[in-house]
Amino acid sequence: MYPFSFTKAAGTREALEAGRRGGRYIAGGTTLVDLMRETVERPRTLVDISALPMREVTDTARGGLRIGALVRMAEAAAHPKVRTLYPVISQALELSASAQLRNMATIGGNIMQRTRCAYFRDVTAACNKREPGSGCAALQGYNRTHAILGTSDHCVATHPSDVAVAFAALEASVHLLGPDGERSVPFADFLLQPGDTPNREQALRPGELITAVEIPPHPGPLKSGYMKVRDRQSYEFALTSAAVALHVRGGVIRQAKIAVGGVGTVPWRLPAVERRLTGRRPSDALWAEAAEGAAEGARPLTHNRFKVELLKRTVERQLRIVGGTK
Amino acid sequence: MEEPIPAQPSETAAVPTAPPVRPTRRTFITATTAAGATVATGGLVAGPSRVGAAAPAESPPTSPVSLSVNGDRHTVTVDNRTSLLDLLREHLGLTGSKKGCNAGACGACTVLVDGRRVNSCLTLAVRLEGAEVTTIEGLADGDRLHPLQQAFIDQDAFQCGYCTPGQIMSGVGCMQEGHSGSAEEIREWMSGNICRCGCYVKIVRAVEQAAGRK
Repeated sequence: MYPFSFTKAAGTREALEAGRRGGRYIAGGTTLVDLMRETVERPRTLVDISALPMREVTDTARGGLRIGALVRMAEAAAHPKVRTLYPVISQALELSASAQLRNMATIGGNIMQRTRCAYFRDVTAACNKREPGSGCAALQGYNRTHAILGTSDHCVATHPSDVAVAFAALEASVHLLGPDGERSVPFADFLLQPGDTPNREQALRPGELITAVEIPPHPGPLKSGYMKVRDRQSYEFALTSAAVALHVRGGVIRQAKIAVGGVGTVPWRLPAVERRLTGRRPSDALWAEAAEGAAEGARPLTHNRFKVELLKRTVERQLRIVGGTK
Repeated sequence: MEEPIPAQPSETAAVPTAPPVRPTRRTFITATTAAGATVATGGLVAGPSRVGAAAPAESPPTSPVSLSVNGDRHTVTVDNRTSLLDLLREHLGLTGSKKGCNAGACGACTVLVDGRRVNSCLTLAVRLEGAEVTTIEGLADGDRLHPLQQAFIDQDAFQCGYCTPGQIMSGVGCMQEGHSGSAEEIREWMSGNICRCGCYVKIVRAVEQAAGRK
């Protein structure tokens, strides 16, 4: 680990000032400290933001929910409102990491976490994300866990977050505060596909701080849930995952919101699958028919072809769990 | 025959010599390693592991931090890079918490910070101003073991023992969080603690026993 100077911000203004001078914000630190030790991350200054007032889960005037950036994963998952209204968020969180890490990591930090690509974490390997222009060792390397959607010739790394997949499905927005004031970014625009700049991962401006993630109101009743498929039953990143939210009224699917994880360079929405479901009546046949389109546009690599079929089955199974069998 | 020196008030107990040094497993290993490799070791410092670290041109930034460990107040100045785990082990001599992966993947370093179980290897000590830390050394009440410590003995829940302090601290957190309702629930909520000996079945039984389920 490289030496760094440390400062703890007493308030938001102080944090932004330190951020403006190039300081790196640290919340739970579970990704950042790990990557600093690997010398993948080399911040010169850490700005501890844990004292900032972003620890609340609150109702919004519009009828949605606002989860403060510093709410810990464990707290967000256990929050009664989150559990009742958006089980998909609670489930995604509790299927993430370990109890210890969920006690440390925050919601803001979770969506900022960096890929688990082994070549990104290995400072001796070529990685355009870590060292722009150095190449991508995963393209011809061992790419079993890598992405099949949203990839480019420069990067095929997945985004590792589970709850980000739930946020994408629920069309959340990310609230930001920076030197130029507040703004809000739709979740779909917050995490960036690699393209030819895989080193740019979020639509953050220099010195900007995540203050909250907001879930917009959804028509009720909303049934939702998260499925995660992985190499071991617990404490592992997803090979595939699916966040499904369905609004069914009068026996007809009025709204379907679906995003998948473990397969994309960012959480991946499935508008084609959603279209196939909308206006139809739930049935096993429908789940299978809709899920058939889950891997549309996939570009599998040498070692991850299995993800195409696995993804379809993950989506079908989760549609059946959330939507029921008829 | 030597008589043990009775405990006396410090002013009258002017014992000039240090107490006889008895070899412990730790001092024995340290001594033999140093002799075998003729390594000149300095004093123990609260620094990060040297492996993979850059050679700093100037002395690395430090910060003061004041925290409580097992009820004892400590005010120390640490290299900013120091993890809580290294602070405990290298500076405070509390070697119960173990360094397994040093990356938050094994749980051997689990301690409670302000009542919550965390990975001490991923916790920067400098951030713990005012924190209350509980390690495996602070779990027993004098000679009376914590119920989960006793349960680990009763259930024979370890072989090599390396992961045990982390398992027990994690188990204490698991019970406090209310996630010890069934063997299945315990397995899921203890999944952040790896046991390479494979004692999982008995570890789950130990948590069940301490939680009053067995």
